[in-house]
Order: sequence, then C-alpha cells, then structure tokens
Amino acid sequence: MNISIEHYLVLSAILFVIGAYGVIVRKNLIIVLMSLELMLNSANLAFVAFSRALGDMTGHVFMIMSITVAAAEVAVGLALLVSIYSHRETLDIDVLKLLKG
Amino acid sequence: MIVWIILFPLIGAVINGLLFASGFWKKVCRGDEHSEHSISSLIASGAVLLSAILSTFYFVQLLSLDPPQRQIIQELFVWIPSGDFTVSFELMFDTLSSVMALVITWIGFLIHIYSIGYMHHDKAFAKYFTYLNIFVFFMLILVLGNNFPLMFVGWEGVGLASFLLIGFWYEDNEKAYAGRKAFIVNRIGDFGFLLGIFLIFFIFGSVNYQDVFGKAIDPAFMSAVPGVTITAIGLLLFVGAVGKSAQFPLYVWLPDAMAGPTPVSALIHAATMVTAGAYMMARCNVFYSQSPTTQMVVVSIAAFTAILAATIAITQNDIKKVLAYSTVSQLGYMFMAIGVGAYAAGLFHLVTHAFFKALLFLGSGSIIHAMSDEQDIRKMGGLRKSIPITAITFLIGTLAIAGLPFLSGFFSKDEILAALYDRGYTIHWIVALITVVLTALYMLRLYLLTFEGKSRVPESIKRYVHESPYSMTIPLIVLAVLSIFGGYIGVPDFMGRIIGLHDTNLFEHYISPAILLDNAKEVGHHLFGHWALVGFSIGGAALGIIIAFYLYYFKPSAPGEIANEIEPLYKASNNKWYVDELYDYIFVQPFSYLCTMAARFDQKIIDGAVNGVASVLKDTAYTLQTAQTGVIRSYATLMAIGAAAILIIIVLW
Repeated sequence: MNISIEHYLVLSAILFVIGAYGVIVRKNLIIVLMSLELMLNSANLAFVAFSRALGDMTGHVFMIMSITVAAAEVAVGLALLVSIYSHRETLDIDVLKLLKG
Repeated sequence: MIVWIILFPLIGAVINGLLFASGFWKKVCRGDEHSEHSISSLIASGAVLLSAILSTFYFVQLLSLDPPQRQIIQELFVWIPSGDFTVSFELMFDTLSSVMALVITWIGFLIHIYSIGYMHHDKAFAKYFTYLNIFVFFMLILVLGNNFPLMFVGWEGVGLASFLLIGFWYEDNEKAYAGRKAFIVNRIGDFGFLLGIFLIFFIFGSVNYQDVFGKAIDPAFMSAVPGVTITAIGLLLFVGAVGKSAQFPLYVWLPDAMAGPTPVSALIHAATMVTAGAYMMARCNVFYSQSPTTQMVVVSIAAFTAILAATIAITQNDIKKVLAYSTVSQLGYMFMAIGVGAYAAGLFHLVTHAFFKALLFLGSGSIIHAMSDEQDIRKMGGLRKSIPITAITFLIGTLAIAGLPFLSGFFSKDEILAALYDRGYTIHWIVALITVVLTALYMLRLYLLTFEGKSRVPESIKRYVHESPYSMTIPLIVLAVLSIFGGYIGVPDFMGRIIGLHDTNLFEHYISPAILLDNAKEVGHHLFGHWALVGFSIGGAALGIIIAFYLYYFKPSAPGEIANEIEPLYKASNNKWYVDELYDYIFVQPFSYLCTMAARFDQKIIDGAVNGVASVLKDTAYTLQTAQTGVIRSYATLMAIGAAAILIIIVLW
C-alpha cells in the first residue's frame, strides 16, 4: 500500500485534535503540558510531510527548529510546574486562577 | 570701576540674606539678639555707605571733566548676544545718573541708620536689611544702566523689593494685600514701559542709550520716522512712569504701600523708587521734546494728579496717608516740569523732595515710634514738648514742602511754576498754584494737629511718649539741614544774580549735558515777570499757612463746622473721592466674577469631560472584566473555537 501525503496529514490532524482535546479537558497541568507537546509534534509531522511531498528542505529546517524550541519549552514548563507545586501544593488548573479579573 | 557702586549693596544683601537664612548669625551670637542686630545692620549700612562714598568720588571726578565729556561708561560683559540684537551689561555714570545715585546712596544710608533704631524690636531684623540692600542694588542698576533692558531689570527689581517690604509684616493680611496691590498695579505700568522699549528697538534698531538718543536727535534719521511713532513711544514710556511714580490713574497703590515699615515708606515710596519714572522720562527727554502731544498729555495728567492728591490729603487722619498723598501730589509737580520740557527743574524738585519727604516720613516714623504705633492724628496733639527734636525737624520739613521762601522746596517748586507759566501752560500753572495753597494747608494741618494745641493722647499711651534714640534723630537732623540748604544748589539765575551767589543755576547747568533736546520755547507774552511769579508762589504758600493756622491753631472748632457744612464734599475727600471703590467696582469685581466663572467652567466642563471619559472607560472595563475568569481551560476552549471558526470562514468563503 502506497502511503501518500494525505495519510500523513490525516494522522497529523488526528494527533492535533487529540492534543487540543487534552489541553481543553484535562485538569492536571502535567497532562496539559503533554497534550501541548502532542499538538506541536503533529505540526512537525505536517511540516515534514509537506517538505517531502514538495521536495523542499525548508519544512525540515522548520521541524528541527520547532523540536529544539519545544525542548526548551518543556524544560521551562516543567520547572514552572515544580515551582507552582511547591507553592500551591496542587496542579489542578481550575484551582490555579490567580489571573481572574 | 563704577560697577562697585552697585556691587556693594548686592554683597551686603547676599551676606545678610545667606547668613540670616542659614541661622549662622544666631549661632555666632549664641542667641544674643543685640549683637546679632549690630552685625547685620553694620554690614547693610556699611555697604550703602561704601557705595555712597564711591558715587561721591565719581561725582567729583565728573566735575573735573569738561561739561560735554561728563560721562563715564563701563562695559562689564555682553549680556544678551542674539544675532543683530545685543545687549551689554553696561553702566553709565553721567550727570543725570550721578544726581540719582547720590540721592539714592546718601539718603539710603541715612535711612539705613534710622532703621537700626526703628526696627530694633523686630525679630526679622536681618531680613529687613537684606531687602533694603536689594532695593538699593536694583535702584542703582535702574539709574546706572546704559540701556533700556538694564533699566527694566532695575525697574522690576525695585518693584520686587517694594513688594517684599510693603508686605514685610506679612502675618497681617491687610499688609500682605497692600504689597500685592502695589505689585499688580505696577504691572499695568510695566506693560506700557515694555511696549515702549519694544517700539524703540523696532524704530531705532538698538536699545543702547547712546545709539537710540544719537539717532533720535539726528534730523536726517528722524525725517523718516512718523511723528506719531515718537508720540507713541513717549506715551508708552509715560504709562510705565504713571505706574511706578503713582500718577493718576495708577496712583492707588502708593497710599496703601504705607503698610510697610516707615523707613521703607521714606526710602522707597517717597525719596527714590517712585521718582524712577521722573528719572526715566528725563533720560528719554529727546522723545518728549519732539512731541507736543505727549507733553500736553503728561502735563495735564500730572497737574490733575497733583491737585487730586492734594484735595485728598487735606482730610486724611492717618499721618502716613497724608504724607503718601502729598508724595503723589509732589510727583505730579515733577511730571509737570518734565512735561513742559523743564527737565532740570523736575529733577531739582526730585532731589529737594527726596530731602524733605524723607525727613517728613522719618519724622512720622519717630512720632509713631513715640506713640507706641499710633498713626491717627486725632489722637495726637501737643507732642512738641515731649519729642522736641522730631517736632523741630518735622516743622522744617513741613515748611520746606510748603514752599516757604529760602528753604529747599521753595526754589524747586518755584522753578516748576515759572516753567509752566513761561512755556504757556497757563491753566496748568493756575492748577499748580492752587495746589501750592493746598500743600501748605494740609502740611501745616498735619504739623499743628500733631505737635501743637491741646493733647488728645490717650492716657494709656501718654506715659510712654519718648524721644527716639540717636540713631533715629541724627538722620532727622541731617535731613533737616539738607531741607533748609539743599535748595541752594539750584537757585534760579535771576535770584542768584541779585543775592550774589552765582550767575547761573548750578543744578541746571550741571544736568544740561544729559538733556540732549530741550524745546524751551518761551512764549512771548509775559504778563508777569520772574519776580511776580515768585510773589505768586510765596503768596500761595503764605495763604495756605495762614488758613491752616487759623483753622487748626486759633480756632480748633472751625474745621469740624466747615466739614459739617460741606458734608458730602468732606466725606468724598475723606474717602479718597471713592477712587478705590470705583476701581473695585469697574475692574476688581468684574474680574473676580470672570475668575469665578472660569473656575466654574473649569470644574464643570473641562473636568467634567475628562472625568466623563475616565468613567466611561472604567464602566466598559468592569463589564469586560467578567470574561477574564482566570480558568486556563476556558481560554483554551475559546481559542480553539476561534481558530476553528476562522479556519471555517477561510475555507468555506
């Protein structure tokens, strides 16, 4: 069976929606962060797929770039989580609403 | 180095001011008020004495020069370099400014000495002397400056010093108000003066005296200048003089200025500052001599001022108010002289007036001092025996201002009257002659009510009446001597010839190099000769003196009866012809109404608009605030829905 670009894009879309669903529904900050990662990687997959289909290396470059940034983001995000937990002793994002207007 | 004349008082003011403000004096003297007072008065009087000696030195130097060369100019630095327009900080010591400088420094010195005794109870002693020195400094800049901006600096500076000293006892609301009134009324005059300077620069392209006056007497240059411009310059400068020298209609600040300490009234509001206008117009003689219109306006306003102030002075009961209106009236004489082009006569009266009016004010200060701050002449009488030195010197001043023959006021006033008559201003001459009678009347009234007759002093004060200390009586004696003999510097030619003193009028001869243009057009018809004119002025003075003696010495009940007889007139005069009330009604009240309206407009409309915008924004913000729940999941949901919606729109459109 020949795997075409459509397959990749559908997979990417499914991954993105799963990630978005996780971000919206889940309450635990760690899970939200993981879902966010899933959304990012679905975008990366779409980049690579298009890059391959069009024979243009720009998509690869963007993907590499995005992964690097995501790594940094995770590091910062996890550090924030640890700090929040030590202060508030919870990671329930419905409780963490200091920015309520 | 004429700059030192002005620098000494400045140094004195700086030393006294800084050390007073920093409390250094208090530390040095360890709270001993007496030595504190001696140090600050020594510095202040010493500073003025030094500049007095220096001015005398330069005066002697001027005398050794040829009359046309009598001018010392010192340029210190370029003050305003601005393209075509440059103003130098330049001082000029010529015949005119030397006369002023001598009067300011020497009379200023005497008044400093007097102040030591007069102010010794005051807690702000050093501050008082600081202000006094500042005044002398600015007054000397005014007269010694060699261009109009520098004169204006001095002009404003003396205004400031006057404001500070009128409101010296600022805890008293009324005195602080008097200071403000003086400052504001003067501002009107300064406005005219400033416009005059602008116009001078516009026409002559310079503000330096030599350049401006040099062009103004050059017929070739003047033929291109329309006569109305010269008239405008003269009138605008005169507006400045009207404010500073208390002429009608801006004289109202001077009587109120008597709220200040009495030596201040003597120095600033009688002898020097108020004569600045006369000095300025004498300096600008070229403009006045070339415009008959201006001259007519000046003479008429001056004559009106002289007689108006004299009629008010007759009925005043406050000793200082009488002297204040008398000053306004005498300033009217100076302006009459300057208005007819008899500049030397006007300046001569300025000098003699400085002698006897300073004497009278200091005398009144001595009376007030003796009477424990009582100023009402109705509560005086018979004081001659208890304060003899003050009484004798005061009498000399009174007779000098009344124009008794051979005292200083006689010569100067006579010369003004002669100038008025000789140059064809007959109506003004008659007004001036009536004023002579009134002057003699109100001054003798003041003297007789204060020193002669039965004592009306309240018992509570009577026990404390005492002659003033030497620091106060010595200046009185010196000024009394000057009031007697000061007139002999300007004996008119025709009298000098007979007495055998000298052929020419020394004062006029000395001043003449500074008077660049004198349109002394003597009118041909001489109904009266010189001696007849002298007779008229002596007769006028004698008439006033006789009436005063009759009313206030021989028949003390008469004045009250006369006042009852002509009650409306008496009341109007006693209330200063209601001029203050009129101004209040015409200017002050509408203006304060306007201010109230403006304040209301500001509060309601301007502030309303600003507050309205703010409250609309605030309400909107409160409404929008509810969307900010702080729940991240709801934000994420909304973002997702939004992104989906945009996507759908883009794809399906």
